[in-house]
Amino acid sequence: MEELNYLLYISVLGVTTVAMAAYLVFFISQNKAVRKVARAILVSSGVLQTLYIVSRYMLTGHTPITSQHETVIFFAWATTWAYLSFRWRYTVKNFGTFVAILIFCLVFISSLAHRDVTVLVPALQSAWLPIHAGVSLVAYGFLSLAFCGGLMYLLLERELKAKKFGFFFERLPSLEALDQLNSHCITAGFVFLTLGIVTGSVWARQAWGTYWQWDPKETWSLITWFLYLVQIHQRLTVGWRGKRAAVMAVVGFLSVLFTLWGVTYFLGGVHSYAG
Amino acid sequence: MPAERLLLLGVNHKNTPVEVREKIALSAGYDEPLTALKDVKGLKEYYLLSTCNRVEFLLVEQPGMNVESAIIEFLFGKDVKEDDARNYLYILEGQEAVKHLFMVAASLDSMIVGETQILGQLKVAYRHASKLGCTGPLLNKLLHKSFSVAKRVRTETLIGSSAVSISFAAVQLAKKIFGNLQGKNVLLIGAGEMAELAAEHLVGQGVGSVVVANRTLARALTLAQRFNGKAVSMDELVAQLENVDIIISSTGATDIILYKEDVKSVMRSRRNKPLFFIDIAVPRDLDPQLNEIENVYLYDIDDLSSVVEMNRAGRDKEAVTATRIVDEESLKFERYYQGLAVKPTILELRRKVEAIGAQELAKTIGKLSGLSEHDRKHLEKMISAINTKVLHNPLMYLKADSCMGRDNRDKKVATIRELFGLGE
Repeated sequence: MEELNYLLYISVLGVTTVAMAAYLVFFISQNKAVRKVARAILVSSGVLQTLYIVSRYMLTGHTPITSQHETVIFFAWATTWAYLSFRWRYTVKNFGTFVAILIFCLVFISSLAHRDVTVLVPALQSAWLPIHAGVSLVAYGFLSLAFCGGLMYLLLERELKAKKFGFFFERLPSLEALDQLNSHCITAGFVFLTLGIVTGSVWARQAWGTYWQWDPKETWSLITWFLYLVQIHQRLTVGWRGKRAAVMAVVGFLSVLFTLWGVTYFLGGVHSYAG
Repeated sequence: MPAERLLLLGVNHKNTPVEVREKIALSAGYDEPLTALKDVKGLKEYYLLSTCNRVEFLLVEQPGMNVESAIIEFLFGKDVKEDDARNYLYILEGQEAVKHLFMVAASLDSMIVGETQILGQLKVAYRHASKLGCTGPLLNKLLHKSFSVAKRVRTETLIGSSAVSISFAAVQLAKKIFGNLQGKNVLLIGAGEMAELAAEHLVGQGVGSVVVANRTLARALTLAQRFNGKAVSMDELVAQLENVDIIISSTGATDIILYKEDVKSVMRSRRNKPLFFIDIAVPRDLDPQLNEIENVYLYDIDDLSSVVEMNRAGRDKEAVTATRIVDEESLKFERYYQGLAVKPTILELRRKVEAIGAQELAKTIGKLSGLSEHDRKHLEKMISAINTKVLHNPLMYLKADSCMGRDNRDKKVATIRELFGLGE
């Protein structure tokens, strides 16, 4: 099992790298045939990631979202499938390239952490683990898509404002499409994020006896949640959109990353299992 | 007997300075010159195209005639010596002429490559010529073919889609900002021609409504009617900004007519929906600082020119593909044209021999008596067998492929015609 697990991991790493390379080639050449190939490779990467997580589940005997390595891989998996499910509904020109780069980064980061199987601490031995952590990471998946969309928006907006049309001008979709994407991904991500916090709170009541104890991870989750809440609220009421929304998507995602890693490494707290 | 010649004589912006073109340009429309040309001897079919950048004659010469001098005199008048005139003129023959016509139709020979007007002008010119009975089977076929070549170039290359023009650039930018232009509203400030053209392009992309603001309301009304829009006075400008998305300004005003503060105040009630300002007026109508407002994009005429430049670079590649299509099509037409020369000869030859047979048969039957129906049939069969056998070799000779790659069909046709005394 361990060998198979390792083999799957290596193939995830390899296939994801190739997928990103193919998307880059497509981005530069804009050759439609290359896009087809790139998409197929990304789908295979998604399938391999799924298989890897399943095999890891069988290997460890619990949902593999506890160590640093497992969390990041799950994050990559959520991003991949969030993108593929999105892509299935509607296309945003060249979005795939940006997402593929992000997925590659996540998979690469996962390779830096140790892959040892850790024994589950008693607090984590609960049915809530897959629900709370899974839902939270799916939220991160959608929010990372919004981050990519926001980045693309900022790149294009800069060229349009400066009237200097470079490499990105031709290759990016319209501002409107990117803004829409941003709004959709943040809405989806926000729903999952809320669910993640609520389930976490219920679980905390069971495990620690209190719904909320201002642990750094909890606090930062709440900060992130508020960042997105403000954004959605402002869009609905006064029509925050465009550049401001794109910047907010990027800032929100940085907050997500800090909640995921920063808290563990800099702040500690009872929530810091993954390490 | 030499076959008829397809000739193209013309002047265009490349070969001929504008002073000369001005004199040649047919300002009085097509009907007069087309009728006048009926007097030129040796013209079998002809048509005439006159635009601001070119005057071109396409004609089919009657065999054995030479109409070049007559046409040159017709074009330049008696005052210009023929030799001088020839310096400005291009004269193309046969396949070269076909290719040139296709290039013109596909807008590859235009000053602004890829512009769409030329095809319309070509169609108008053709309509006049065919109405007056100047064109015949060859030119009809050729001109219709040129229309379809133009269409093929347009659909298979991007040459038309990135026609270099300010209004195209405006549409392109609007699409980058809004994605889909459907349901977007346009405001024209000032009723200049450029603004009108840009609005026309936008309407072609399916924008929702057009509002025209002008100092004189009457002019605004006329323009608004054209686009099924409404006219407003200049005082309502800021209020209009709440509902429109694309603003094209081209007034003759010497001062700025919209300031940053005006627009900024509107953005809130617009719920920050993007505004795209196009200022094509010189001096400028719009405060350059508009561009600093979030979700507001301001382009003046120079900014648009840089987009035009960018399009030009991409188009060169497309021109190569387009030229290949033209080459391919003119080769196809040449093949058709060649076949045209052989086929009528074959028909004529067959008809002549069969006529002789039928004539002699009738004579003979008249002299014979007591012939049964059965015998008569056999006689007829014999005559038709002789015809077939006599025709076999000459027909094979005509239909045979070119010898060693050399195209000598014209010669073969001439030989057969002479031997059998065709066309007499």
